[in-house]
Amino acid sequence: MDFDLTAEQLDVVSMCREFAESEIAPNAERWDAQSEFPLETIKKLGELGLLGLPFPEKYGGSGADTLTYALAVMEIGRCDASVGITMAAHVSLGAMPFYLFGSEEQKERFLVPLARGEKLWAFGLTEPQAGSDAGATKTRAELRDDRWTINGTKCFITNAGTPISGGVTITAVTGEGDGRRPEISNLIVPQATAGYVQAKPYKKMGWRASDTRELTFENAAVPEDHLLGPRGRGLKQFLDILDGGRISVGALSVGLAQACFDAAARYAKERHQFGQPISKFQAIKFSLVDMATELELARSAVLKAAWLKDNGRDFATAAAMAKLYSGELSRRCANAAVQIHGGYGFMDEYAVSRYWRDCKINEIGEGTNEIQRMVIARQLGL
Amino acid sequence: MKIVVTVKQVPDTNAEKVFDSTTNRLNRTSIENVLNPFDEYAIEEALKIKEGAGDGSTVTVLTMAPESGREVIRKALAMGADDAAILSDPAFQGSDAMATSYALAQALKHIGFDLILAGTQSTDAICCAIPAALAEHLGVSCLTYARKVTVAGGEVEIQRDIEGGYARVTAPLPAVVSVVKGINEPRYPSLKGIMGAKKKSIEVLSAAAVGAEAGRVGDAGSFTRVQGWAAAPAREKGRVIKAADPGEGAKAIVDFLIAKKVI
Repeated sequence: MDFDLTAEQLDVVSMCREFAESEIAPNAERWDAQSEFPLETIKKLGELGLLGLPFPEKYGGSGADTLTYALAVMEIGRCDASVGITMAAHVSLGAMPFYLFGSEEQKERFLVPLARGEKLWAFGLTEPQAGSDAGATKTRAELRDDRWTINGTKCFITNAGTPISGGVTITAVTGEGDGRRPEISNLIVPQATAGYVQAKPYKKMGWRASDTRELTFENAAVPEDHLLGPRGRGLKQFLDILDGGRISVGALSVGLAQACFDAAARYAKERHQFGQPISKFQAIKFSLVDMATELELARSAVLKAAWLKDNGRDFATAAAMAKLYSGELSRRCANAAVQIHGGYGFMDEYAVSRYWRDCKINEIGEGTNEIQRMVIARQLGL
Repeated sequence: MKIVVTVKQVPDTNAEKVFDSTTNRLNRTSIENVLNPFDEYAIEEALKIKEGAGDGSTVTVLTMAPESGREVIRKALAMGADDAAILSDPAFQGSDAMATSYALAQALKHIGFDLILAGTQSTDAICCAIPAALAEHLGVSCLTYARKVTVAGGEVEIQRDIEGGYARVTAPLPAVVSVVKGINEPRYPSLKGIMGAKKKSIEVLSAAAVGAEAGRVGDAGSFTRVQGWAAAPAREKGRVIKAADPGEGAKAIVDFLIAKKVI
């Protein structure tokens, strides 16, 4: 087994760390407090090639692998989970479907500006009545006069309403199917489509500097060629997308858990009680040791899932395990970090207070902990 | 135009430095080495001049370093430099600033140049001597402490940082220019730059390859000797001024600053 990163991977890590520490970390508290989408910073991510990281150069991407992508998300997410999810949702959910399922013409038209970071793209799966049961989608699209006419609602959608959002790819019922399950397909809806409306941003517990909205479609019509991949393959396609997306949310969780450890370790060494730094107390020391140990495991799990994907192996179980473990770990680390900070950790002027709000979604988004366990159980033949 | 940027690998500024007591040299293996932060400004300036010229000008990065110097060269290449050369030979070990400038000048004669850009200093040795010494060895003009650089019509013009303002200085090419911190904002290497860096050529040059005479490099070629070293004294504990009323406290602080000739 070779655990060494390549020269390029090391260079990407150090560039991302330098960029995140100088351009993101100093602003994260303000963006969170004001629920401000950091447009200029996101544009810079695009200029650096981070928004097209795993796509080939011929489609405007940077030509890196999934492992490098995971490392980059960890570094960005360590400084701000909101910027991390903006990047991860754009790459894994927004752009990836075009790369995996798009025709050559669709890749040229839609993927290239996304990989170059000129536009952001959203993926619309969840609905008010279709969350974990994503196949229960109510949004319908009918093919009339060479156009798909879409009606329905999507909720909790990332990146759909930013000033540089180019559109959204949605799942919709396009036919009766086999009687047991309806026919579901993926449709491309550009931003300016009449009848496609993005609601005001949600007020959220965490990830406050990311763009999350409800989307409604009222007779929103797109040309027939805006079908992504074969008709009726929508369910399978989004399951594939979610498998890959789990690696990036796992990476994001590792980044946040690392931030929690860093803040807690720093504080424990500075904070004196009973005449010595609290890091000298075994209770605090053991808490930090547990965080560091589990972080090592979580990072390895995420990078292994990425490695499997890069090497064309089956990675679905590894990705679900990595996401489940890292998401839960980020919550444990945030909780421990606040505990180590004591009363100060409850105050917004300490970053751990934000981490504590940001971690919870890691156990919900991209498949809840319960769904991850169902996915893993199925793979284990249970 | 061929622009060459001389760069140095330095220990990370935040790292704790350890000296080898037998050689009096810094132990470089135990710490992380980075590209000298001052050199990033020179690289950025070179790239800006190249991009502004748009005439097929190239940027070459030159360093003298052990093989591990490749790491910092990679960053320069990822930022956008076209190629690089590393002077790497055990014969160079122990070179002081003068011996280093001789070796670099030999390499510059070997690879060719129209304009040489350098940072004003390194963050480790802080001799600030290389740019001027290079120019002397090469017999070309030396323009130092540039806060703005313009190249046109075979001439380079700089704004030289001086107290209270700047001096406008020009010289015909070829020339050596050292740039100050803050002349520009060095770019981050982009993903494309990082991925593309491995395809760029890094020429490794030995002392023989550049015709460096044995007696002029390494310990033998150095005019200076490090006689000893000591850790910087630990900072003294700050004085806490306790005063019953704020006016009294302020006066105590002002008196202190006056005594220290700060105000």
